[in-house]
Amino acid sequence: MRGTRSTSVKSSLSLIAAGLLMLSGCSAGGGGGDAGAGDEATLRIVYQKSGEGSPLDTLMQDVKTQFEAENGNVTVQLEPVEGSDEDYATRLALSQRSPDTAPDVFYEDTFKVRSDVDAGYLLNLDPYLEQWPDWERFNDGAKAAGVADDGATYAVPLGTDTRVIWYNKNVLEAAGVEVPWAPKSWDDILAAARQIKESQPDVVPFNMYAGTGTGEGTVMQSFYELLYGTDSQLYNEDQQKWVVGSQGFVDSLSFLETLYDEELALTPAQALDPNIWQAVFGEYLPEDRMGGVVEGSYSPSFWQEGGMFEWADYGDVMGVAPFPTQNGQEPGAVSMSGGWTLAIGANSQNPDLAFEFLKTAMSQENLLKYTVDNSQIAVRSDIAEDSTYLESNPFVADVSEVVDVTHYRPATSDYPEISTAAQQATEAVITGERSPDEAAADYDAAVRDIVGADNVVEE
Amino acid sequence: MTAGTSTRPVRRPGTGPGHGNSGRTGSLWLKLLPLAPAIALLGIFLAGPIIFSVYGSFTNAALTGKNAKDPQFIGPENYADLFRDPNFPQSLWLTVLFVFASAIVGQNLLGLGTALLVNKATKAVAAVVSVCVVAAWVLPEIVAAFVAYAFFFREGTLNQLTATVGVAPVDWLFEHPMLAIILANIWRGTAFSMMVYQAALNDVPQEISESAMIDGAGGALRLWYITLPMIRRSIATNLMLITLQTLAVFTLIYVMTAGGPSRRSATLPVMAYEEAFRYSNIGYGTAIAVVMILIGAVFSVVYIRLLKEK
Repeated sequence: MRGTRSTSVKSSLSLIAAGLLMLSGCSAGGGGGDAGAGDEATLRIVYQKSGEGSPLDTLMQDVKTQFEAENGNVTVQLEPVEGSDEDYATRLALSQRSPDTAPDVFYEDTFKVRSDVDAGYLLNLDPYLEQWPDWERFNDGAKAAGVADDGATYAVPLGTDTRVIWYNKNVLEAAGVEVPWAPKSWDDILAAARQIKESQPDVVPFNMYAGTGTGEGTVMQSFYELLYGTDSQLYNEDQQKWVVGSQGFVDSLSFLETLYDEELALTPAQALDPNIWQAVFGEYLPEDRMGGVVEGSYSPSFWQEGGMFEWADYGDVMGVAPFPTQNGQEPGAVSMSGGWTLAIGANSQNPDLAFEFLKTAMSQENLLKYTVDNSQIAVRSDIAEDSTYLESNPFVADVSEVVDVTHYRPATSDYPEISTAAQQATEAVITGERSPDEAAADYDAAVRDIVGADNVVEE
Repeated sequence: MTAGTSTRPVRRPGTGPGHGNSGRTGSLWLKLLPLAPAIALLGIFLAGPIIFSVYGSFTNAALTGKNAKDPQFIGPENYADLFRDPNFPQSLWLTVLFVFASAIVGQNLLGLGTALLVNKATKAVAAVVSVCVVAAWVLPEIVAAFVAYAFFFREGTLNQLTATVGVAPVDWLFEHPMLAIILANIWRGTAFSMMVYQAALNDVPQEISESAMIDGAGGALRLWYITLPMIRRSIATNLMLITLQTLAVFTLIYVMTAGGPSRRSATLPVMAYEEAFRYSNIGYGTAIAVVMILIGAVFSVVYIRLLKEK
């Protein structure tokens, strides 16, 4: 019943849209409908822009130039959105609510793909991908990020990322920690951090983000490295249920509590500052004021030439180590991955052209430049083997290695709220408001409230 | 229409609603005709969104996921959830505290005080004070918010100032987030009250004040028994306007603390934003917005009664 109604609403909407298109077509003296050869068409591209000369902005500008040169009658309208990931997601979702404002091609977070497919925002790309020879060159793990519950692919990955420990060799050496450093368990990390604190009281020994201030960074670059390295889970994929009452959750919070209580990390007040990551990349690490931090494979993009915090010596001073599991249990290390994709709007008037644009953006040449500029982990095999990529920064091999032990977030539409509940648990613990047990109980209650008691599983 | 629409209500027993003669009603419609465009605009731009919001608050509309495609009418479920939400009582309390401390007490009293002082002061002093106070008010909200952030944050102006006299720095936004946003809102909004009261004070006839002075009434007595009663209407109007303005303050709080730390400054607008846009629950966020409309309405009714008294 509902299906019929929404279909009829949709068909009347598309009728109106077609009517409008014909009107505009008439005034322009051309035909209407999907733009084929000889028609004027405009493609609207929406993406996130973080400052002037950001790699993605450069990519889009380049693709616009190339695409317009090849297709004389097509105008590519770039609509960059400046703002945080959250602001971008909001802007994008709001524009997608109406076919009139929905973009043709857009930059889409992998963990939004499933819920946005449920919302009917994304076009099924299977018919197009079948005819695109390059698609075979994409890494299978990365391809999975664009697949929805129905098994079809809705988004093409631009790149992916991993998380590792970035440590400052100067600080570790001064503390007598052997370099290259390779902690085998959480205790190894605490031991090194305590050593640093003893030898250099003014240095932040080992930081892990916590609290709602750093948002998704708190879970992706800190809490999940802990949780996924315990014997507990966040989400049970087999049963498709959220895990509550897990010992691993409590242990992870206890670890953060120890770090912050013993003043091995930043102060809680600093940790809650949404912009603290900039200080970490721009001041603490380059100025030898921090021993180590869990951060993304993209870290060198900040330090490279033209980056936000240029630092010529980062290759010599910094080292990386995989984040260990709790007690060194199999597989020994843990990492988290996310990454972004390009997708096409379900209501695009020019889906064929939109896919041509996507193909141009994803060409070996364009994607190689973007992958290198943005310190991404390559998703195309011909890029992963390219010497430009392998030599782009000293850490490419190290951060690519942990792909074997990496995890992806459960991309359900409840996820953002659950992520916040986990962030709140870390915040309550580092500020001393709640003990790890209490904060974990609060989290369990919040999860039950968000997804309903039927969708949780007690561990 | 009922008696409410007659231009002058007749309070005679027996003339209840519907007793007006048709000739008068006709001329009434003629009189209302010039108001029609205004009423239509109010209907479209004020009543429309409110009705739409109320409707939205009864749905499970979302920004993404299945409920974005096919929102369902779920009745009062959002409200039931809201009253069970452990965050709601805190947000409600913080909102009331914010409005009471920063608008009703802070902006209002400080505005009245500066208006009285400026009235008495020399022209030069009055001009300087006015410019300083109004400067905060003419700044766009987002700019004012960043200025306030720069003032209160860890290494900000306030701590640098207190450091010069040897006071240890306080992390205002972390330790006292409500105090910081209340002070910021007082700073930003006092100018409005000051200007309202300046205009009102100018209308108080000097003779009355002077004759009271001759009778031996001191400054405080004259203020209490003469000035305040005479500007009573301006006080009520001002209170209503600043209450509604403060109830809706979002940018200032979001930029300074984003409702944190640990929701300690999450007023209802911040909570509504979080629910609607961060968690994509548009319907639930709208329900919070509707509750805010109701709170505003309650305050307005109280002030309107104040206005009508005597």
